[in-house]
Amino acid sequence: MDAVQDSVLNRAIGVFIMVDTQTVPAPARAPGGSLGQPWKDPKAVPFIKLEGVSKSYGDILAVNRVDLSIHKGELFALLGASGCGKSTLLRILAGLEVPTEGRVFIDGVDMAGMPPYRRPTNMMFQSYALFPHMTVEQNIAFGLKQEQAPRARIVERVAAVLDLVQMGAFARRKPHQLSGGQRQRVALARSLVKEPKVLLLDEPLGALDKKLREQTQFELVNIQERVGVTFVVVTHDQEEAMTMSSRIGVMNAGRIEQVGTPAEIYEYPHSRYVADFIGTANLLEGIVQTHAADTVVVQCPDMPSAVAVSQVGAVPAGASVTVMIRPEKMTMGRDRPTGEVNAAPGRVRDIAYLGDISIYHVQLDSGKVMEVAQTNLRHTAEQRVTWEDVVWVGWHPANAVVLTQ
Amino acid sequence: MVGKRSLALFAVLGFGYAFLYLPIVLLVIFSFNESRLVTVWSGFSTKWYGELLGNQKILDAAWLSLKIAFVNACGAVFLATLAAVVIVRFRSFRGRTLFLALVTAPLVMPEIITGLATLLMFVAMEHAVGWPEGRSATTVTIAHITFSMAFATVVIQSRLSQMDRTLEEAAMDLGARPLKVFFVITLPIIAPSLLAAWLLAFTLSLDDLVIASFVSGPGSSTLPQVIFSSVRLGVSPQINALATIFVGVVTVGILLAGRLMNRNESAGR
Amino acid sequence: MNGRPGNGRPANGWTGAVRWVVAGGLGRLLVVLPPYAWLTLFFLVPFVIVLKISFAEMVSAIPPYTPLVAWVEDVYLQLRLNMANYIFLLDDGLYLTAYLNSIKIAAIATALCLLLGYPMAYAIARAPEARRNGLLLLIMLPFWTSFLIRVYAWIGILKDEGLLNNFLIAIGVIDQPLAILHTDWAVYIGLVYSYLPFMVLPLYATLEKMDLTLLEAAADLGCRPLRAFLLVTLPLSMPGIVAGSMLVFIPSVGEFVIPDLLGGPDTLMIGKVLWVEFFTNRDWPLASAVAVAMLVLLVAPILVFQRHRQNAEEPE
Repeated sequence: MDAVQDSVLNRAIGVFIMVDTQTVPAPARAPGGSLGQPWKDPKAVPFIKLEGVSKSYGDILAVNRVDLSIHKGELFALLGASGCGKSTLLRILAGLEVPTEGRVFIDGVDMAGMPPYRRPTNMMFQSYALFPHMTVEQNIAFGLKQEQAPRARIVERVAAVLDLVQMGAFARRKPHQLSGGQRQRVALARSLVKEPKVLLLDEPLGALDKKLREQTQFELVNIQERVGVTFVVVTHDQEEAMTMSSRIGVMNAGRIEQVGTPAEIYEYPHSRYVADFIGTANLLEGIVQTHAADTVVVQCPDMPSAVAVSQVGAVPAGASVTVMIRPEKMTMGRDRPTGEVNAAPGRVRDIAYLGDISIYHVQLDSGKVMEVAQTNLRHTAEQRVTWEDVVWVGWHPANAVVLTQ
Repeated sequence: MVGKRSLALFAVLGFGYAFLYLPIVLLVIFSFNESRLVTVWSGFSTKWYGELLGNQKILDAAWLSLKIAFVNACGAVFLATLAAVVIVRFRSFRGRTLFLALVTAPLVMPEIITGLATLLMFVAMEHAVGWPEGRSATTVTIAHITFSMAFATVVIQSRLSQMDRTLEEAAMDLGARPLKVFFVITLPIIAPSLLAAWLLAFTLSLDDLVIASFVSGPGSSTLPQVIFSSVRLGVSPQINALATIFVGVVTVGILLAGRLMNRNESAGR
Repeated sequence: MNGRPGNGRPANGWTGAVRWVVAGGLGRLLVVLPPYAWLTLFFLVPFVIVLKISFAEMVSAIPPYTPLVAWVEDVYLQLRLNMANYIFLLDDGLYLTAYLNSIKIAAIATALCLLLGYPMAYAIARAPEARRNGLLLLIMLPFWTSFLIRVYAWIGILKDEGLLNNFLIAIGVIDQPLAILHTDWAVYIGLVYSYLPFMVLPLYATLEKMDLTLLEAAADLGCRPLRAFLLVTLPLSMPGIVAGSMLVFIPSVGEFVIPDLLGGPDTLMIGKVLWVEFFTNRDWPLASAVAVAMLVLLVAPILVFQRHRQNAEEPE
C-alpha cells in the first residue's frame, strides 16, 4: 500500500507537469520569462560556481566532489532525502562550514577563508533562528546594524521588507508572539534586508502545515522575482522543488545526481535514483538488442513483447539498461493494443481511487507489478476495470526513457 | 487503587516538606521569644533583634562576608561563563579531559580537603614568591571562587547547551563577528542562568564555614565563623534572629529572581 | 578592513584563511586559559602540595613541616619521603575507626536520603506540570539559606529539654526525655536534612524525563503496577539514584560541621579528626596524610559520579 500512497503524493506533480506543457502562459512561474535559460548558453558566466567541493566529518563524506553552476536570478533547488548532504552544501555556501576540498566562487570571488560575516550571502534557517530577545523590527535591523548603516536607511529598509512580507503590523512583537507562518515571513525579511547577492533557504517551508506551505510557495516565488536575488533552496519536498524552482539539483549520498529544469528531471531522469526519487516510475531491466536511427529496442525478461523506446543518443547493443515509464504515460485496456512492441497482459491486483484519477497495480505474468494511472473521465462506473480483471498495458515509445546508470 | 497510592505518595511529600521546613519555622518563631530559652515560649519580643544590631562583632563579620560573597560571585560567574563555553563549544582540544575533571571535582570534593589543600598552597606560595602575605579576605575570596565556580559552571553550561546554535550562526550570517555574536546574542539569551549562577555562588560563599576556617586570617573572620563559635558555646536567641533575617532575605531574593527568570524564560521561547 | 562589510570583498588568498584561523585560535586560547589556569593553580596544585606535605615531618617552624627535597653537600638533591604519618594512621586504631565509622554513617545517611527522597521526587515528577516548578523550588529553597543555621536549628529541637522531647512528653508518648542530641541519630538527621535536596534533584531529573507510555505499555502487556515499577521505573531511574547517592555520600564522608555540632564525643568521623589534627594539634603533615587517605577512599565514588555526569552529557 506504500506504493499507492506514494502515488497520491506524486500525482500532483504529474498533474502539474501536464499543465506546464499544455497551457501557455505558464502558471505561477515562467522560469524562462525574464531570466531566459542561461544554463543552456555555454558562454554565460555562472554566478555561483562550485568546483570539486567535498566535506567530510571523520570517515563520513557528507558532500562528495560537487561541481555546480548556478546563474544570476535563478531559483535553484537542492533536492534530496534527509542526510544526502544538501544542507551541508548550503552551509558551505554560507561559510558556516569549511569545505575539506574544492573551491567556491560567488560573483567571481573565491570564498576560501571568507567567514560567514563577510560573505555576500544571507541565509534563512530551517528553524528560522529568530533572536528571541529582540522584536521583529530589531531582528530585521540586526544585519544592517552590523554594517553600520545610517539610522535613516535602517528604518527605511526595515519598513520596506516588512511591507514586502506583509508583516508591518507586527514590527513591535517578539518572535514568541508570532505564529509559525509569521515567523517564516520575518525570517525571510531578515535575510533579504541586506540585499544579499545570494539568498540561501534551508527548508524554508518545512515547519509550516500543508495548506500554508502551498500558499507560501507561490509567494516566495513572487518575492524572488520582485527582488531579483539568486535563491538557493534546500528541500526534501519534491513538490515544493518542482513548483518553485527554475532548476533542480537532485542530491544523493553527497553527490549531485542530476541538474535540470523540473520538466527535464521528471521526464528525462538520468539515473534510476532520480527516476525513482521524483514521482513514481515503472522500471524494467533489460538488454539492448538493436539501436537503429532514433529507436532503441530492449529485451526485458518481464515483458512478453520487445520494448521500444524513442531515444536520441547512442546506447550500444548488449548494454544492460533500465527502461522507465511514468504511470500516467501508460495505457490500459481489455484488448491487446495494436503494434508488436510495448504490450503485456496482466491482472489487476490493486486499485487506488483518488477522485480525479485512479492508480491500478497490474501484475504481469512474470510477477512484475506495473503502476498505471488512468484519468476518471466519466461518472459512470460501468465498464470500469476492477480487481482481478485481465487487462493489457502498454505505452508509446516516445513516452519511455532508457536509463544507463 | 490509584487514589490510595497517590495518597501515600503525597503523604510522603508532605512529611518531606514538613521535615525541611519545620526547623526553619521554629527558628523564626523563637527569634521573637521573650525568654532566653529558645525552647519555651514566654511572650512576643523583638529584643533579640535589637541586641543583634548592637553586636559589633557579628555586624563586622556579616559585612565582610557580604563583600567576599559579592566579589566571589562576580569572579566565579566570569570564570564559569568561560568554562561553560569551553565545555559546550570547544568539543576537542588537548587537555579537555583534565579540564572537565577539574571543573567537576570541586562539586563533590569534601570541603575540609579543599580547605586544607588551598591553605597549604597559600602557605607554600607565600614561602616561595612572597604572595599572598598571610591569610586575609583575599585568600578566602580566592578559595571561594575556586569551589563556587564549579557550581556556577554547571548552571550556565546546562543553559548554554540547550541554546539553539543556529541563532549564533544566523547572527554571523548577518554580518556579526564572533565576539560581537557572543555579546549581542549568546550572552542575553543565557543571561537568566548567569543570574542564577551569581546568586548560587553568592550564597555558597556566604554559607561556607569549613574552607573559610582554613584560609581566613586573624582579622578576617567571616559570618559563619562567628556564628559557629557562638553556636558551639550554646544556643542563643540572637542567632535565631540572625537566621530569621537570613531566611527573609533569601526568600524574597529567590522569589524575585524566580519571577524575573520565569518572565525571561517565557520571552525566550 | 575598509571594504564594506557584508559585501563580497575579495579575501586575499590563503593569507586571509590564515588570519581567520589565527584569529579563531587565539580567541579560543583566551577563553580556555583563564578558567584552566585558575583551576590548575588553585585546585590541582594544592592537591599536589597536600600529597607532598603528607610525606613531611612536623616541626615547630613556619611553615610547620620539613622540606622533602634538600641539597646534600651542595651536590646531591636528596628526596626524603617520610612514611611515618601513614604508618601512624594505620597503627593508631583511632584513625581506622574514624574511617570505618565515616563510611558507615555516610552510607546509612545516603540510604535514608534515598528512602525519603525517592518517593518525594516521584511525587513531584508525577504532579501536574504547572505545580512541578513550585514544588521543586520548595525543595531547593532551604538549600539557599545558611547551612550552619539549619544545622543549628536541630540543636534546639533535639536537645534533652528541646522541642521534640517537650512535644512528646506533652502528648504523653514518653515520660523521660529521649537522648538524641550528641548521638549518631542526631548526625543521621542532620545529614539527611542537609543533603536531601542533592538526592531529590537528580532523581527528579531522571523521573521527569521518563516516558510514561512505557508504564502503559507494561500494563498493556500484563504487568501489575508494582512489578511495572520494579521492572521499568526503577531501572530507568538508576542514573538518578547513582548521581543522587554519590552527591550525598561523598560530602557526608568528609562532613565536619554536622558531627561536630550534633554528634557526641564518640561520634568519630574522619573530617572531624582532620580538623582536630590541624587546628588543635597543629600537625599539618598528619592532617595532610589524613586528607590523602580520605581522598583515596573517595576516589572510587568520585569516578563513578564523574562517569555518570559525562554519560549524561554525551548524547547531546
